[in-house]
Amino acid sequence: MFAGFSDPFETLLTLQRALDARIASDWMGRGTGAIGSFPPINMFQKGDDYVAIIELPGIDKNDLEIEAKENTIRICGKKTVAYGEQASVHRRERISGVFDRTLSVPIRIEPDRIMAEYRDGLLALFIPRAEADKPRSIKIS
Amino acid sequence: MSDSQELQVQQKREVEKKTEGTTSGRVFLPVTDIFETPEALTVVLEMPGVDRDSIEASVDNDVVTIEGRIDFTKYEGMQPLYTEYNVGHYARSFQISNKIDQTKISALMKDGVVTIVLPKAEQAKPRKIQVS
Repeated sequence: MFAGFSDPFETLLTLQRALDARIASDWMGRGTGAIGSFPPINMFQKGDDYVAIIELPGIDKNDLEIEAKENTIRICGKKTVAYGEQASVHRRERISGVFDRTLSVPIRIEPDRIMAEYRDGLLALFIPRAEADKPRSIKIS
Repeated sequence: MSDSQELQVQQKREVEKKTEGTTSGRVFLPVTDIFETPEALTVVLEMPGVDRDSIEASVDNDVVTIEGRIDFTKYEGMQPLYTEYNVGHYARSFQISNKIDQTKISALMKDGVVTIVLPKAEQAKPRKIQVS
C-alpha cells in the first residue's frame, strides 16, 4: 500500500514499488489459472470495492466483450493491427489476435453492478463488493 | 497474420538511459510499429494510460522523440492486491533521415495508441521513369 502523496517526485516510484510488491500475488488464488495470459490485469482495492485495470491499447469498443456471473468475470475480444495497402513494414512489435480471459475473484461481488470504462487504452472495471460480504462492526455492550 | 492467433502478454521494457534522470520513477519503452508507404513513414506507438494532452513529440537533429506521461494520481487511494504489469511514463526516440519533410510531421492519438506520420520530402518520393 502506498500511503501519502506528499512528495510529488517520489509518488510514481512509490506506486511502482507498490505494484511490484504485489506482482502475481496469491490474492486471486488459483482462480486465475491464466497468469501471464493476455490482457494483463492489475487488481486494486478502493474502499470496500475493487477495481481492475487492464491494459488494452488500440481496441475497438465493439470488439470487446465483458461478461460477469457470480464471482467470475470474462473479458474477450480481438485486437487488430492494420498497416494499409502498399505498406512495407520496418518494425513490428505490436501484436494482434484474439483473447479470452476469465478471472475469479475470491470475494462475493455484485455482478449486475459492475461498471466498465474504456479510456486511453485502459479498461477499468469497477467491481462492487456484495453487501453480504462487507464486514460488520460489532457493538460491545 | 491470422485472426485466430492467441495473444500473449508482452513484458514491458525499460528505457536504457544514457544520462541519469533527476526525477525518480521508471520509464518504459512503448511497443512500436514502423511502416513505410510511397508517401510517408508511419510510426505507431502503444502508450496505454496516456491521454492526448500528455504526449510530447519533437524533432531535433533528425531525431524524433515521443514522450507520454501517465496520470498516476488516478491511483490515489487504491491499494494493489494483485498486479501483472507496472505503470510508468513512456519515452522512445528514432533517428530519421533527411528524406523526411520535417515541417509536415503530424500525430494522432486514439485509445492509447499514437500514430506519427512522417511525410517524405518531394525529392525522396518514388518516380516512375518513362521507357521510350
